[in-house]
Parts: sequence; structure tokens; C-alpha cells
Amino acid sequence: MTNNLFGFAAGDTWLHRLSGATKLLAFVGISLIAMASYDTRFTAAIVVMSLILFKMAHIHWRQIRLVVKLILVFSLLNLLTVYLFSPEYGVSLYGTRHLLAGSGYFTITQEQLFYELNLALKYVVTVPLALLFLITTNPSEFAASLNKLHLSYKISYAVALSLRYIPDIQHVYHQISQSQQARGYELSKKAGPLHRLRGAAQVLMPLIFSSLDRIETISQAMKLRRFGRDKKRSWYMDRPFAAADWAVIAGTAGIIVVGLLLFRVNGGRFFNPFR
Amino acid sequence: MAEPIIQFDHVSFQYDSQAEPTLHDVSLTIARGEKVLIVGPSGSGKSTLGNLINGLIPHAIPGKLTGKVTVCGQDVAASSVFDLSQHVGTVLQDPDSQFVGLTTAEDIAFALENDGAPVPEMHERVAAVAKTLGISGQLTQSPQDLSGGQKQRTAMAGVLIDNGQVLLFDEPLAALDPATGKSSIKLIEDLHARLDVTVVIIEHRLEDVLTQPVDRVLVIDNGQLIADVTPSDLLHSALLPQIGVRSPLYLQALTAAGVDLATVTGIASVQTVAAPHLESRLRAWSAAEPAAPRRQVGEPLLTIQGLRFGYDRHTQIFKDLDLTINRGDMVALVGRNGVGKTTLSQLLVGFEQPQAGTMRFAGTDLKTLSIKERADRIGYIMQDPNQMISKNLIRDEVGLGLDLRGVPAAERDARVDEALRICGLYEFRHWPISALSFGQKKRVTIAAILVLQPAMMILDEPTAGQDWRHYTQMMRFLESLNQEHGMTIMLITHDMHLMLEYASRTIVLGDDGILMDAAPARVLSDTGVIEAASLAETSLYQLAQRFGLDPDRFTGQVIEHERQGMSHDE
Repeated sequence: MTNNLFGFAAGDTWLHRLSGATKLLAFVGISLIAMASYDTRFTAAIVVMSLILFKMAHIHWRQIRLVVKLILVFSLLNLLTVYLFSPEYGVSLYGTRHLLAGSGYFTITQEQLFYELNLALKYVVTVPLALLFLITTNPSEFAASLNKLHLSYKISYAVALSLRYIPDIQHVYHQISQSQQARGYELSKKAGPLHRLRGAAQVLMPLIFSSLDRIETISQAMKLRRFGRDKKRSWYMDRPFAAADWAVIAGTAGIIVVGLLLFRVNGGRFFNPFR
Repeated sequence: MAEPIIQFDHVSFQYDSQAEPTLHDVSLTIARGEKVLIVGPSGSGKSTLGNLINGLIPHAIPGKLTGKVTVCGQDVAASSVFDLSQHVGTVLQDPDSQFVGLTTAEDIAFALENDGAPVPEMHERVAAVAKTLGISGQLTQSPQDLSGGQKQRTAMAGVLIDNGQVLLFDEPLAALDPATGKSSIKLIEDLHARLDVTVVIIEHRLEDVLTQPVDRVLVIDNGQLIADVTPSDLLHSALLPQIGVRSPLYLQALTAAGVDLATVTGIASVQTVAAPHLESRLRAWSAAEPAAPRRQVGEPLLTIQGLRFGYDRHTQIFKDLDLTINRGDMVALVGRNGVGKTTLSQLLVGFEQPQAGTMRFAGTDLKTLSIKERADRIGYIMQDPNQMISKNLIRDEVGLGLDLRGVPAAERDARVDEALRICGLYEFRHWPISALSFGQKKRVTIAAILVLQPAMMILDEPTAGQDWRHYTQMMRFLESLNQEHGMTIMLITHDMHLMLEYASRTIVLGDDGILMDAAPARVLSDTGVIEAASLAETSLYQLAQRFGLDPDRFTGQVIEHERQGMSHDE
């Protein structure tokens, strides 16, 4: 079998036992405040916290290696473009200019570096939180938790189902790709990237068609069991909130309050060490 | 007659996507508590009939409906899929494709969840229905990880939880191995007896369904209800062969022995079938009939020695497997689900790598060859043609492998034409693939492999989902490839008839390697192997046993006789 890109991994840590809704609330709440705040101390603290949580959830590096690498590449690209488009944005933000190198358009200032460090921290902070949520929340609870936050259960279920089918689709992709390789498409590392991309496109067509068939069957099967009849539904896996859930929600609220207080202390979203 | 629960009153239906109506003026009545079988070839409209009972037609599948369908007192057209589902529980063909829950328990509870039932009540009812179906131990497992039989029980539990009055099974045997299929049919009978429900089974494998009592058989052909009879009346009539549904093997044996079916009593079961002097007539026939010829054995083509493989350290699928396939063999590879039949073929074509052992093909060590190079020698055809086809036009699809191998245009065209001719697709060569039937698509995938001129082909369930007529066409075609073109063929199958009729040799895979490697009729006469490999005894075996004949010899003779009869018909 192929490895899951990311997906639920069963476990029995306190993070796994939390209600899905709690984890979703905590994830959304902490991410929002971390995205809003440009206080380096605050975001760095949250990064450290999420790394500790990773350890506690017994998540292994190999489970997340691929996603983390992908995200690193994209954030580096993003940081580079931010710099290319306005190399002096940090200067206008922080109101001071400590030139390190360069002249003319492309300068390197302490302010810009600091600003980009803050940006980088933001990417780094939300990703572990999202992964933590996805890996420790079983997809059926995931749907229930979205629904608890008053998202329509049809949409919640659709999201959960698509998460659940990721491994299946990977499996079918794998099968199709092998049969295409037998026909003569070189999809292994021996072939050039362009060639592999073209080969992958050949796999997609059968994949899409076989997936469409499946979607039709499953949607009929769901209708035959009354999915979508009522405005509300209940969830077999629904768990009443336990003490730990309340504690996590209180903790989340605490973190948000600290973040907001820092806005006041800093006189805005930005922590400015240059003044 | 008891109170009617399902009524069709002059019903016709035409799908929006089709030019012709699929059902023409069908009228029928099913009474409360009855157990009814609907048979007919593919495309006859029998599934359409089922979808009219559960309301998918006209509510989810659009089309033009005339006449009136009444189910449990409700007019189907005026009701909804949701409301009807309270009365009619539908178990679809392939349980795998309809599971939504992450665990078995959630999947069973799905309908209750949608009703907004309170959580404690759901847990209680799921536990109760799981107990009825004997899957209490599987509740926390993922439905995908269950065995075939447990999957089907889960799917049944998911509809039984509604306490509906009608249970509708759409081709319940399609995805199951023979032994599991038999126990499923038995389970349906148990439910019918215990829960006092009305049961409707749609299936073209008549003989398997009739191993348990059925009140009535509705025969559908070309969208029309052509018979509404008891099983015995149906079997006495000559209707089945005419519409391309296979009649039970034990009756074929009787016909072969010259027994007039009109004189037969107890026709519905091999255990009760009787006729004047039946035993002596069968005995005389078997003594006079030549034994089925043994096929010649060619030189070894594929030699596997000491093969070891497992997907992870804990589950070893093959430990020191030895196997030789000879040139010209037509081998059936059989065994329980998950025993490694597909894995073995994937090791051969290079999709998976063995942990130890050697595989030599015509003297070449397969280890030294890439997937692409192996494909020039061993072609592998997946069960679902849709997973193999990547072009829009037939010619392009069949020529793809040659294009990718840089074969010059003239030679390419000649080889494509030849492959298309062999596969009977030449006249369709400029057609888009989307216009083809399932069986034709399958042929396209075979042509696309054939064009690479492999010496051996592996086919995964070549006849799955096809009715007898298409099945026979497909198998005749493979047989001609084998006999006229010298192709060595390995068939992965669950179909005992297919194996009996077409294979020259059967390899039974078990947990500890090869359980048996012998002629098909021999395999099906070995009760121990049958049980260990989840195969099923055929009714020929049971008939031979009943009358003290040699099952191996008798089975071979009847099958050979039938094959010859069929070639005379053509």
C-alpha cells in the first residue's frame, strides 16, 4: 500500500481522546490569533507549544515528512516573492532603517529580515497545528465537529468523505499508474520531469472516470439511507465534552487573550524591537 | 393471495440518456412475505426494475416513467427515495463502494444518524442488529478491512436497522467467492424466515440463488416481463437458454444423458431431482461417454522458485512458493479473497518486488527486466477496463504501447489491425471507446496488451459482471487465443463454472502456498481443498455423489458434452 499523504492515524493519546469539535475550535482559534499577531515572541511560543504537542501525540517524522517539505518549499518561494516585490516593506512598517547590505532597489535591511522572519513563523505555526488536527482527528468525528460549529452537515460530511477516500484514491492511482507503466509510460525516476508529468496526466483520465462512477454509486447508496432528508442529523461517534475538552478550550481562550493583550502592549499588531 | 406489497401497473421507463425505453409495459404483483427472484441477462432491465422499487427511479435517476408503481401502499413517483427507504432496504451490488462509515458500527448506524436518532438508542440498535448478523466482533474495524462475507453482512445490517418490510438485493453474489456466496444466499433465507420480510433478489446466477427456496421467479428480457413462474416451472421450460441465462449444471447433466425434463420431478434442487430410472440412465451415459480428454503439457514457460513476499513484516503472503506454468497452459488461479492471487500476478509483472526467490520466464530472469520490458512478455489485464483505458479512440488506445516503444508507423498500424481483428473489434476501429459496452471495453484492453505480442497473459476476473451470453463470448475468445494463437493464459477467478469449462489446469492457492495443482474437475471433487480455499462444490459433484458416480469423471464428461453441444449450435 502507498503511504497516506496526510490522514488520520489511530492512537490513544490525550490529544486523540479530545472531542473533534474541541480540536477544531482550538486549531481555528490559535491559528487566527497567530496569523493576526506579528509579535515574534508570541508566535515563537506557539511554535514551541505545537512541537511539544506533536511529541505528545506520538506523531512520527515520516508521517509528515512529505507535507512539511512541500510547505517549506512553498513558503520559501513566498518569502522570496515578498522580498522581490517590496524589499523595503519592513522599513515602512517599523519606521526605522538599519541597512545591512545592498543599495538601490534591492537592499537588505534588518527591518525587512525581521518582517520576513515573522512571516516565516506564521507559516510554521499554522502547519503543525493543522497537521496535528488532521492526524489526531478521526474523519467521522471531523465531520461531526464541523457540524457542531454550525456548518451544514452535508458539507461537513462531504469534506470528511473526501478525506477518507484519499488513501483509496491513492491506491487506485497507484494501480492505474502501474498498468500505464506496463504499457510503456516511464513514470519512474529514470524519466525526465516533463515526461513524467505527461505520463501522470495519462493516469488521471482513467482515475477521474473511475472516481466519477464511484461518486455516483456512493451518493445513491447514501440517499437510500436517507442522507440529506432532514436539516439535522446525529452522530454515532458523538462524544459529550469531557473535562479535558473544557480545559483545552479554556487554554485556547487564554492564548487568544494573551495575543489580544499583546496588541495593546505593542500598540498594534506589530511587535517593534527597533524603537 | 396475501396482501400485495409491491405492484407494477403497466410500467414503462426510458432513461433520459437512451433512445429506447428500458422497460416496456411491465405489470406484476409481489405479496407480503414472498421471496422473489428477478433474473435476466445484462441490459434486460432487471436493475431498472429494482431501482423503481426503491425509488432511485424516478427520484435520483431521471427518465420518462409511465404507469404506476406502488410499494407498501405508496405511489413511488409521488413519494421520495427517503420515505421509501423506511420500507425498502436496498443492498447494492458491491458493498465496498457504498460504505460511508469509518468503522463498521458507524456504517450500520448511518441511516439512524440521518434520522437524528439519539446516541444511546443508536448504540443499542447497532449492537442488536450486529448480533443478528454475527458481526458483533467487527464493530470497531473499518468496513474496508473485513472479509467479503462480513462486508456483505455489514451492508445488510445497515439496511436491516430500519426494520423495513422489503429487502432488495441487487446482484448480491457479484463480489463474493463461491463459498461466501453460498452462505450469503443462506443468510438471506434465514432473514426471510426469521424477520418475516419480503425479499426481492436481482441476480443472473440462477443456480446459486436456487440453492435456497424461492417462491417465485420473474424473468425479464428486453425490458419485458416474459415469465412469472415458480422455480420448478421455470426449470421445466426451455426459457433460460433462450434468454442467455444459464440453467443449473445438474439439469445440463440430465439433458446430456437424454432425460426428458418433462418427466423430472423435484427439479428445483439437486438433492430432490428425480426421474424414472435416473440413476441407471446417468450411470449408462457416463459409462458410454468418453472421458474428457487430457490436454497436452507444453515445455515450462514460467518457473517460480522459493518465492517470498509480504506487504509488511507481520503478514507473509508467500513463503517459498514454487510454481511452473507451461507453454500453452490455460490456468485458473483460485483461492480465498486475500490469499495472494492478485499479488502473485503483480510480482510477475514487476509491480511488486519479491523478498526472495527467482522467477524465470522463457529462460530470462525477470529480476533483470523493468516493468516495461516484462510487459513485452507477460500482459496483465485488470478487472476493471476503465482503470486501463486512457485514450478516446480505439485505435489510439490499442496502438499506445507500440507508440511508446517507438515502433514505426507502418508496422504499428499492421499490428494494431491484427490485434483488433483477433479481438473482433476491427469494424469498430474508429469508434470512440465511450460508445462501447463493458465487454467490448474489456476486449479493447486485451487488444492493447495483445499488440505487444506477449507470450503469456494474466487476466483478473475476465468475466466479472457479465451475463452468460457475454461471458461465453469472452471465454470463447480467450480460448481461441489460447488454442489458435498459442497464448499461455492465467485466469484469476472465483467462478467455478469458468474454471471447469475453460481451464486446462487449476492452481489452488492457500495460506501456506499451493494447496492443489490439478485438472479443474479433480479440484472440485476434493472436499478438503474446497473448504480450505472457499470454493464451492458444484451441483454436478453433488449429483454424482447422490448416485454413486465418480465425481471427477462425471463432471468432466458433462462439461465436455455441453461444450460440444454449444459449438454445434453456432
